[in-house]
Amino acid sequence: MDKNILAQLEKITGKDGVLSTPEDLAVYSYDGTFAEHRPDAVVLPRTTGQVSQIVRLAARERIPVVTRGMGSGLAAASVPFQGGIALTMTRMNRILEIDEANAAAHVEAGVVTADLQAAVEKLGLFYPPDPASIRHSTIGGNIACNAGGPRCLKYGVTGDYVLGLTVVLADGRILHTGGKCIKDVVGYDLKALFTGSEGTLGVITEALLRLTARPEFARTALVEFPSVEDASQTVNTILRAGVVPAALELMDETAIACIEAAMHLGLPLDVEAILLIETDGSDEAAVLREMEAVAEICRARGARQVKVAADETERASLWRARRSLSPSLARKAPNKLGEDITVPRSAIAETVRRLKAISAKRGLPIVIYGHAGDGNLHPTLLFDKRDPGQWAKVEQMAAEEFALALELGGTLSGEHGVGTLKRPYMAQALGPVSIEIQKRIKAALDPLNILNPGKVFPD
Amino acid sequence: MRLDDLNCIRCGLCLAVCPTYREILSETASPRGRAALARKGLEGELELSPNLFEQMYACFDCLACNDICPVGIRPADLAVEMRAVQEQLRPAAWKKTLFGGLIPKPRRMEFATLPLRLYEKLGLRRLVYALGLRNLLPRQLRDMESMLPHLPQRPLRQALPEITEANGKTRYRVGFFLGCAQSLLFAEESAATLRVLARNGCTVVTPKATVCCGMPALGYGRSDLAQEQARHNIELFERAQVEVNVTDCATCGSTLKDYGHLLADDNKWAARAAAFSSRVRDVSEFLMSIPLEKPQGRVEARVTYHDPCHLRRGQGVWQQPRALLQMIDGLEFVELPEADWCCGSAGSQLITHYETSLKVLKRKTDNLASTQADYIASGCPGCQMQLNLGVRRQGLDVQVVHPIALLDRAYRQESEVSRLRRNQEISHSTAKRKNDG
Repeated sequence: MDKNILAQLEKITGKDGVLSTPEDLAVYSYDGTFAEHRPDAVVLPRTTGQVSQIVRLAARERIPVVTRGMGSGLAAASVPFQGGIALTMTRMNRILEIDEANAAAHVEAGVVTADLQAAVEKLGLFYPPDPASIRHSTIGGNIACNAGGPRCLKYGVTGDYVLGLTVVLADGRILHTGGKCIKDVVGYDLKALFTGSEGTLGVITEALLRLTARPEFARTALVEFPSVEDASQTVNTILRAGVVPAALELMDETAIACIEAAMHLGLPLDVEAILLIETDGSDEAAVLREMEAVAEICRARGARQVKVAADETERASLWRARRSLSPSLARKAPNKLGEDITVPRSAIAETVRRLKAISAKRGLPIVIYGHAGDGNLHPTLLFDKRDPGQWAKVEQMAAEEFALALELGGTLSGEHGVGTLKRPYMAQALGPVSIEIQKRIKAALDPLNILNPGKVFPD
Repeated sequence: MRLDDLNCIRCGLCLAVCPTYREILSETASPRGRAALARKGLEGELELSPNLFEQMYACFDCLACNDICPVGIRPADLAVEMRAVQEQLRPAAWKKTLFGGLIPKPRRMEFATLPLRLYEKLGLRRLVYALGLRNLLPRQLRDMESMLPHLPQRPLRQALPEITEANGKTRYRVGFFLGCAQSLLFAEESAATLRVLARNGCTVVTPKATVCCGMPALGYGRSDLAQEQARHNIELFERAQVEVNVTDCATCGSTLKDYGHLLADDNKWAARAAAFSSRVRDVSEFLMSIPLEKPQGRVEARVTYHDPCHLRRGQGVWQQPRALLQMIDGLEFVELPEADWCCGSAGSQLITHYETSLKVLKRKTDNLASTQADYIASGCPGCQMQLNLGVRRQGLDVQVVHPIALLDRAYRQESEVSRLRRNQEISHSTAKRKNDG
């Protein structure tokens, strides 16, 4: 990047806020995927005011601005394919206020989600969204991708907890939208517009988040199913029985084997699937009663065993294992491509069956796991990218997975986002009217197309 | 280096547990970043520049990333191996002098610490404090000065007998490895280790000619020098004919346990090194594996415990020191939040990466303050020095000790108690006699 521009950036953030050695640029070239492209400079602002000045400068100089947090995204949404500034929010990591009376937290975008949760839980409050990257992703990134997680089944996704946002617009102006009111119907819901916009409409610098009461009790069960078909059928039976578990996760045999290799928890290696089910609430008897009802359904639907975690340590280690599942699959093959197609929950069993059929037809393994309770599955392809034959198959199989989801009334992505990886399928998923409207929104907010260019929409 | 070791999938789990990342908050200071730089450097995408290697030295080698990596690559080991790559490309002469000369030869190091000993003896420390002269020193020097423990007048290596007999019948014949830093800077604690071992039926052989375990050389990319040191130490312990090799230094322990790996490719030494390593135990690990005598004395204090990285993750030893402390009557054990988070010492990081080291330390002492403990125990001289500095910087009323020193105190207090009791009995019987008379 031009020395003069680097100097101007340094003037805004201070010297330690601008990185530009080849080593710095190389490590800011990736996110949680295999995609890579180097930025021309890395800028680490500390305040909304600094972000505003940076974007103003970028707009004047027509420099792309690609906002990122800790770089754990799974859609290549924060990879700067056109170079420019990697605007890194990790140093804006202050929790500005926890308002107990209004059950709201005001935070900067770079706060690590698990840190916020720990802080509010100390006060008996609760911030439910729990993406697997909870300890290595930021609130800003979670909002920009509308992150999900296991608990979304009962509590909803990140967007359901956004009360308000501070956003730096493409011309550097600062927008405050929303507030501490739970109800607010004055004007368009702009915070909802920026939620999930993947850095293409503005830079989220602060958020006002809704909190709820912390459930005091939780029980987690590990349920073993000899048949994956029985396991997926059971998901629907439970959800129709009037119980709302906090989480209802499915893992197939390959997923179980990978976790076991990484964590040594003594998981069963002779079953086709396990369900990980949690019930929670503030009444211990009710939590236990719900768990007992769930266990009974599981046994009646073919479960071999229902093991309820004996204590908090055991429960925590089950969830830690679940969170490390996706990366641990890398033990099986040099490359993996994890999708997050989502279907209406009535179609879960059929989706699992047909994913298996795709795998059998093409001869490449698909590991199936995910948040079965809300229909959000993570079919993951294992392959070796160096083998051109395999790579061609991977591209075909991914297309088939997406087609399957759409055919069953589902969607391409439940929680990872579009980035660049799902761009080719957008037209098919949304249709021309929706695409056209969305492009006009983008053009209205970012007429120079400097905010995360080349993402989300097909050209 | 195997290319498999470089197959990072960039999930980012390691960012959550890396003490340098969590302070600096830039990818360049993260395990994932270092793994990417190593790969790109070795595959030719990036130049193997001084700045690239500098990032490898910015790793505190706390091993937390090794532990959490779900793929099983070991980013911390990778950073250390890259330092060796740099040595092969452009060897630094000063490392040969320091790690090949001064550090492995304890006698020379004892000489090197002589000024400190004199400083101590002549009461200069007190004078310096009294005059407030420390404020004249640059901030970093002042911090380093306040880290220095009070040295005994004679190095332990010279004061110790080669063989310390067990109290009573010999149940175990134990070799004791004198760690350079531990026995030089915290000699009284190593003396306590010997007393506790003897008390529990160990006849202890302390080979005096041992040299440095090799960790500093390894940390600076000179595994060749570490291998020489390993061979020397192995031979000494073979001659001592002991059942176990005990050390009271977390770092020495993790290095000694790794000799088998360090010399795996040396046909002549591989088997001997593996046999040596299989006998190495941290002192808390060894004591909790034998029928340890419960001390009758008490230590009335609130005590917390900091896990040295090279003990907990390096050796998987974390329950034993806690169990050992909890054996002591009167001692109220309180768990330290984030007890296994690095303290920022990491060998020489306070010197080489001062600002980061202090930030990491601050996180530790904030956690320490929340425990309201009177003592923080930790079996690593590097951690102890760093914690001492943190306690002073934050003005905490906490003493830093080796866990064995507290056990030793409980044992010694017990003899004190029984002496008092005996005296009481004597005076009681004297009184009785008087009454009878």
